Amino acid sequence: MKLLLIEDDRKTADYIAKGLAESGYVVDRAYEGRDGLFMSSGGGYDALVVDRMLPGMDGLALIAALRAAEIKTPVLILSAMGAVDDRVKGLRAGGDDYLVKPFAFAELLARIEALLRRGPIAGATVKLKAGALEMDLLARSVTRAGREIELLPREFRLLEFLMRHAGQVVTRTMLLENVWDYHFDPQTNVIDVHVSRLRQKLDKGFDKPLLQTVRGAGYRLTVA
Amino acid sequence: MPVSMRGFEIWRFLHTNAFRIAAVYFVLFAASVLALLVFFYLSTADFLERQIEATVDAEIRGLQEQHEIEGLLQVIRERSAPGRADNMLYLVTDPLLNPLAGNLSQWPREARQVRSGWFLFPIQVTTRNGAETHNVLCSVFVLGNGDHLLVGRDLHDAAVFRNRILTTLAWAGLIALGLGIAGGVVMTRNMLNRVEAVAKTAEQIIRGDFAQRVPLSGSGDEFDQLGSNLNVMLDQIERLMAGMRQVTDNIAHDLRTPLSRLRARLEVTLLEKPDAALYADALRETIAEADQLLVTFNALLSIAEAEAGSRRDTATVIDLAEIARAVAELYEPVAEEKGLVLAFEAPKPVRVRGDRHLLSQAIANLLDNALKYTPAGRVALSVRGENGTARVAVADSGPGIPADRREAVFDRFVRLEGSRSTPGNGLGLSLVRAVARLHDGAATLEDNNPGLTAVLTLPLAPDAPNVPEKPAPAVSSPPLAKGAKFPESGVVT
Repeated sequence: MKLLLIEDDRKTADYIAKGLAESGYVVDRAYEGRDGLFMSSGGGYDALVVDRMLPGMDGLALIAALRAAEIKTPVLILSAMGAVDDRVKGLRAGGDDYLVKPFAFAELLARIEALLRRGPIAGATVKLKAGALEMDLLARSVTRAGREIELLPREFRLLEFLMRHAGQVVTRTMLLENVWDYHFDPQTNVIDVHVSRLRQKLDKGFDKPLLQTVRGAGYRLTVA
Repeated sequence: MPVSMRGFEIWRFLHTNAFRIAAVYFVLFAASVLALLVFFYLSTADFLERQIEATVDAEIRGLQEQHEIEGLLQVIRERSAPGRADNMLYLVTDPLLNPLAGNLSQWPREARQVRSGWFLFPIQVTTRNGAETHNVLCSVFVLGNGDHLLVGRDLHDAAVFRNRILTTLAWAGLIALGLGIAGGVVMTRNMLNRVEAVAKTAEQIIRGDFAQRVPLSGSGDEFDQLGSNLNVMLDQIERLMAGMRQVTDNIAHDLRTPLSRLRARLEVTLLEKPDAALYADALRETIAEADQLLVTFNALLSIAEAEAGSRRDTATVIDLAEIARAVAELYEPVAEEKGLVLAFEAPKPVRVRGDRHLLSQAIANLLDNALKYTPAGRVALSVRGENGTARVAVADSGPGIPADRREAVFDRFVRLEGSRSTPGNGLGLSLVRAVARLHDGAATLEDNNPGLTAVLTLPLAPDAPNVPEKPAPAVSSPPLAKGAKFPESGVVT
C-alpha cells in the first residue's frame, strides 16, 4: 500500500512517515502544497494524508483541485483546527476523514486502514458478513452461525460500523464520531461500556470471542 | 508655528459637520429675521402714510362744512395761528389764488392748475437749525364761492419717525444676527467638544489604557446615549479579555504541573539502568499522561470557544428533548454498569436556538457528573419547556454539594474535597456554564433533598417553522423506526 504524506512540518512528517513505514506502508513525502498536488495528481497512491495548513497551496484547495480533476484517492485531513465547522469545511472540500492534531498514532493508523478498505463495500449493500456473523440491513437482523442475536437500535448501528470495518482496528473516537456523531471526549469511557454490552450479546453461547480489545487503540472485529 | 496651528484648527473647524449644520441654520435664521424686519418696516410706513392722509382728509371735510356756515376764514386764522405746532398747513385764496388766510405764504406753484386732489410739494421752513426743506402732503379743494382751500401736513416728523424705526430695526437685526452667530459657534464648539471627548477616549484606549471610559454629561442626550453604549461595549470587551487572560493563565498553570511531572519521569527513567521493559512502561505512562493533558487542553479550548461566543452564528433551531434523549441513551449502559437507575423524561419537543454539539456536550457533562458522584440510587434527566424557558434538569440521589460551595464548582479547575480520587479535571461544569451563557441561559445547582439537581435553562425558540435538526446518521443505514428509540419517558434501567 502506497501513501502520500503532505505535511510541511518536517519533524511531524518524519515521525508519521516512520510510524507508517513500520506498519508496512510505503510512504512518499511532500512538504509543500503544490508539490503535493503534482505528486498526487498522477493517481498512483492508495491514500493521501494531507495537512490542512500548507505553504504554497492550502490543504483544502489541494483536495478540491484533486476532486475537480476526478481523482478519487481517499484523503485523510490532518488539522489543528478541531471545531465542528472546521471538520464540516474539510469534508465538504472532498476529504474523506478528518483527524485533529495532536492525535494518537494508533488513531491515525486505524483511520488510514478504514479509508483504504472503504472503497469496494460502500454503496447499496444489503447484507454484511464477517466470519460467522451476518447482518441483514433491511430486515435489521443479526445472526451468528445462524443463531439470531437480539440487538437494540444503537447496538445494531455500533455492530454495523464494526462489521463494515471488520478485521481493522476501530478507535473509540471513530465510534463516537460515526455511530453517535459526537465530537467531544466524554469523561467516562462510555464507549467501552457500550462495546462490552455488545460483546456479551455477540459471544453469549459461543466459546470464541468475536470482538477484541486492542490495547491503547480500540477494538477489532475478527473476521475468521 | 502657533500661527499655522491656529490656522489649521480654524480650517479643521470649518470642515466639521457641526460647523456646516450651524452655518445652514444661521443662514436660515438670518433670512427669517430680515424678512420679519422688512415686513414690519413696510407695514409701519404704510400705516403712517394712511394716517396722515386720513387726518388731512378729515380736516378738509370739516372745513368744507364750516364754509357752509360761514366764518371759515376766522376758523383758518385760529387754526393756523403761530404756536399751534401740530404740523398742519392751511391756506385759503380767492379764485385768483391770492392768499386770504392761513399759515402758508403763497399757493404752491406746483398746484396752480390743480382744482382738487392730492399732491406733494416742498416748503422752506426756518427752524432753530436754520432753513430746511420739508415735504408737505396736501389736499386742495375749490369752495362754492370760487375760493381755493388747501390743507396739508408737514411730513418731516413722519420721516424722522420712519428713520428712527429703520434704525431701531437695523439694530434689532444686527443684535439678532450677532446672537445667532454666537449661539452657532457655542453650539458647534459644544458638539465638537463632546465628539472630541469620545475620540480622545478612543485614542487613550488604543494607546493601551483600557480603563478609560467616555465621559458622560449626565443629561441623557444622544451623546450620552452613544457614550454609555460605547462604555458598555468597552466593559464587555474588557470582561472578555479578562476571561481570555484567565483561561491562558489557567492553561499555563494547569499544564505546567503535569508537564513537569512528565519531564521528570522521562529524566528519571533515563537515569536508571537501560531496560527495555522499564522503558516501555515509562513510555506508556508518559503517553497516558500526555493524553490526560490533551483532554484538559481540549476542554479549556471548548470553554474558551463557548465563552467567546464564536459559534453563535451557526445556531439553528433544535429539539433539546431529542438531544437529551440521545445523551441519555449514550450514558444508559454506564448507569446500568454502576447499578444506578437512569430515568429520562421529556413529554414533548422543546425547541431552542442553539448549537447541537455544545448542548450535547453540556448535558453529557451534567449526566457524567451525576453518574460519577452518585454511589447508589437514581439519576433523573428531564427536559421541559415552560413560560418561554427550556429547562434541562439532572437530579441525582448522591451526596449533593453544600449550598455555599455550589457557585464555586462552576469555576475552572475547582474540585471539591473528597472528589479528587474520582477521575475528572474540574472543567465539566465550567463548560456547562459557558454553553448556557452562550445561549443566553443559565446553569445552576439546586438541592434535591437528598442529592443534587443541576439545572440548565435556555430561552425557548420563538415558534418558528424550522424543522429541528436531526442528528445526522454517519453510518449509511436506514433511519431507525420511531418506536425503537429511547422511550419518551419512564425508567430505563
